[in-house]
Amino acid sequence: MKRMASMVLLALGLTGVLLADSTLSINGAGATFPYPMYSKWFDEYHKKNPNLQINYQSIGSGGGIKQVTEGTVDFGASDGPMNDEQLKAFQGKHGGSGILHFPTVLGAVVPTYNIRKVTSSLKFTPEALAGIYLGKITNWNDPAITGPNKGISLPAADIVVVHRADGSGTTYCWTDYLSKISEEWKSKIGKGTSVNWPVNQLGGKGNEGVMGVVKQTPNSIGYVELIYAIQNNTPFGDVRNSSGEFVKASLAGVSAAAAGAANNMPDDFRVSITDAPGKTAYPISTFTWLLIPEKISDAAKRDAIKGFLHWMMTDGQNYAEGLAYAKLPPPVVAKETKAIAKIQ
Amino acid sequence: MNTHLRWRKFVSGFMLTMTGVCALVAVSVLFFILGYLVFHGGTSIGWNFFTKLPAPVGETGGGMANAILGSAKLLLLASLFGVPIGFFGAIYLAEFSGSTMAFIVRYAADLLNGVPSIVIGIFAYSLVVLPFKHFSTLAGGFALGLMMIPITLRGTEEFLRSVPNALREGAMALGASKWKTIATVIVPSAYRGILTAVLLAFARVAGETAPLLFTAFGNRFWSHGWNEPTASLPVMIFTYAISPYDDWHRQAWAAGLVLLGLILAINIVARAILSRGIAVPRS
Amino acid sequence: MATPSTTVPGAGSVAGSRSFLSRLRQGDEIARLITFLFAASVVLVTLLLVFELWRGSVLPRHKFGLAFFRTSVWDPIFDQFGALPFIFGTMVTSGIALIIAVPLGIGAAIFLAELAPQRLSDTLEFFIDLLAAVPSVIYGLLGVFIVIPLMREYIQPALKGALGFLAFFQGPAYGVGFLTAGIVLAIMVIPYIISVSREVLLSVPRDQREAALSLGSTRWESTWKVVVPFARTGIMGSIFLALARALGETMAVTMVIGNTPAISASLFSPGYSIAAVIANEFTEATGDLYLQSLIELGLVLFLLTFILNGLARLLILVTSKRGSGTALA
Repeated sequence: MKRMASMVLLALGLTGVLLADSTLSINGAGATFPYPMYSKWFDEYHKKNPNLQINYQSIGSGGGIKQVTEGTVDFGASDGPMNDEQLKAFQGKHGGSGILHFPTVLGAVVPTYNIRKVTSSLKFTPEALAGIYLGKITNWNDPAITGPNKGISLPAADIVVVHRADGSGTTYCWTDYLSKISEEWKSKIGKGTSVNWPVNQLGGKGNEGVMGVVKQTPNSIGYVELIYAIQNNTPFGDVRNSSGEFVKASLAGVSAAAAGAANNMPDDFRVSITDAPGKTAYPISTFTWLLIPEKISDAAKRDAIKGFLHWMMTDGQNYAEGLAYAKLPPPVVAKETKAIAKIQ
Repeated sequence: MNTHLRWRKFVSGFMLTMTGVCALVAVSVLFFILGYLVFHGGTSIGWNFFTKLPAPVGETGGGMANAILGSAKLLLLASLFGVPIGFFGAIYLAEFSGSTMAFIVRYAADLLNGVPSIVIGIFAYSLVVLPFKHFSTLAGGFALGLMMIPITLRGTEEFLRSVPNALREGAMALGASKWKTIATVIVPSAYRGILTAVLLAFARVAGETAPLLFTAFGNRFWSHGWNEPTASLPVMIFTYAISPYDDWHRQAWAAGLVLLGLILAINIVARAILSRGIAVPRS
Repeated sequence: MATPSTTVPGAGSVAGSRSFLSRLRQGDEIARLITFLFAASVVLVTLLLVFELWRGSVLPRHKFGLAFFRTSVWDPIFDQFGALPFIFGTMVTSGIALIIAVPLGIGAAIFLAELAPQRLSDTLEFFIDLLAAVPSVIYGLLGVFIVIPLMREYIQPALKGALGFLAFFQGPAYGVGFLTAGIVLAIMVIPYIISVSREVLLSVPRDQREAALSLGSTRWESTWKVVVPFARTGIMGSIFLALARALGETMAVTMVIGNTPAISASLFSPGYSIAAVIANEFTEATGDLYLQSLIELGLVLFLLTFILNGLARLLILVTSKRGSGTALA
């Protein structure tokens, strides 16, 4: 018995020693929207800096905001910018110092669907999307949907609506858009990372979860980040923008949406680019942000994060387009580079 | 009268056959599960699975090496925390305590046993994660350890009690003190049952997912030391199963096969140990 | 060194010096103290758990009071939280699970206890115990890839066709939903019903059976009309145990229930359970009221399982005492 106990302790000590080597580990959590991008980035950055591990868990933007506020992770990530209340809450828990938003890439939220025999892109009007998600348009052959889609035969089937079950920046972007184009949505539901959805919808956990549900459920529709639809070969719809054009989500469309904001970026980088003006703008676009505390007491972590941010804004951007995210506009990069200095 | 009797006999035969069918259905579920896991998981288990780290989202070729090690570390911590408490607590119950204290402790253990694992997760989050401001293997091990306590405690106590009093009295008569009796006579003679209880507790928590969701959290890389978040097999299965990627689905099957195989193996070994021992009353 | 004796210690005629005895007792005292501390820590940690749940849910308890259990709005934006959809979902899925598992489980237990020869009974029981050891997430895995498509393609449409006039079987067939979760839960709790019921049935004294048979009843009649009623309370106990397990199930349920706080008569509707909503929303509940509402849900779940488990053990104990006196867990 005694020998066993001492052997166990020895083993513990050894594993502790062996594994607690000089690797610096940084933990982050948050949005699933940019998860493919971030996992690629952190993987590549780890290859370049083998002694640095940035562990990112995609638990949803709500989770990112929450956990970085609690201090259980070193940084957060969200595609719904923190509102003033959340910023205050952060300051309250961190002795007055605040948190900074750093845009990383731009992405598009697309309506993806799974309808048998419909493999082409459906055209969605804003009213159609709002109606579907409000539960007022319940069938795929409703005139609001079939109207712009003459030539595509839609089944007379009930629409299975899928939303995010967890707190999501993708939801924020989607509901932000719906609030802008539908008064009814704005007053009944509103915008946020977690909303009170109308009933009879399915919930998926994370962008991955929603994509999974849509893929497996016939006649369903869900909103996901562009790369998820692409990686899973599911069709997604064109959305009519404020200029009346039906735009398919693309890098160009997203960049066009950001063009106006790029030159008028507020200092805290919190900006909404949904329903942006411009003929080629894709209306459901968004920046996505890393949430970095202003004050990082651990010097090694601070330098590592700052180093990563610099890399992210330069070399890192080259990986974006391969994963269907749009690069940051140069004026934004310039402004951000200056903002890195704010991290103390 | 004859036809009525025949009817009753028919009903009897029929109903009894139906009970047989029920038993068959219940047992065949197990084999169905195993078979399905072997079929789907077997093909996905490969060198990659055991040795590689997870690949970036959407890319293939990743593995679950860190999750396997993570689960091992979590279970080690859980055992270090839960087994001594259960074991020594049971010694107190069986050898030292009066009936009121024994009742209270047993009641608390039963209560703890019945707590849904997600609630244990909430508790571990408030107690370990928040104050230390860190998701960690420690927090996960603590949560799992809590769940091991009741099974270890009750099992150990039962087998300690089943040691015949003659052994105790014999040792006392030879002049051994109580604790020496316990350490050298009682525990060794009950060791089979105690080992079984420990193994069953271990197998029980090996598959737990819910308590790890907000304690051990998750990690795409190796987790160093004990104070960092770590990947674990059950959580990976969950994450991958609900994702849309086929490659991740295959990995989930493989992980499921590995996990279930481990748990069933431990269960079988535990019961084998028990059955080969001296006749002890079944629980 | 030797102090004058006052009383000779009781049991055990130890012919030794006083110091030897006190050393003996000291060693024992230390052992008693140490083991007491471990045992007490079990009690302490359990109390701490209950305390943390209570303390961690103070905001919604004050703000909503009992209305928490009547309201069905779950709105993080407007800070309105009502537990009704989750309680509903938990009840419905567990109810379905029992409706399926109880007849099957008792039937199988009867077979194992009354009909099967000893070796077969033990072997089958062995397998049933293994089934009980399968973790929740594995059931979830099978649920996602096998049960959901099966439900969506075959079972739900068939039910709709045959029984669609009932409100229970209306609505679109998503594959996920209350019924699916109930079915998966049923598979998970059957082993508990079988193993406890089997034990209880085995403990019914032989003379009960023999009396019935000697009066001319068939095998089935003696089982169903005499043995089972005798073991009735213990079987009830097994059902309560199974129910307690079903209520707390998290992973398998959240993977197949649809994750929508809906209250619907239709079993095809997606829903939510208490455990599932905690699992999905806990790490991201920004705002204290939100988080504490989830903790209050955890408290509710804890209380429910606590009561059920207590009742279960009471019932099983009562039956076993009535039987041959073999003590059960």
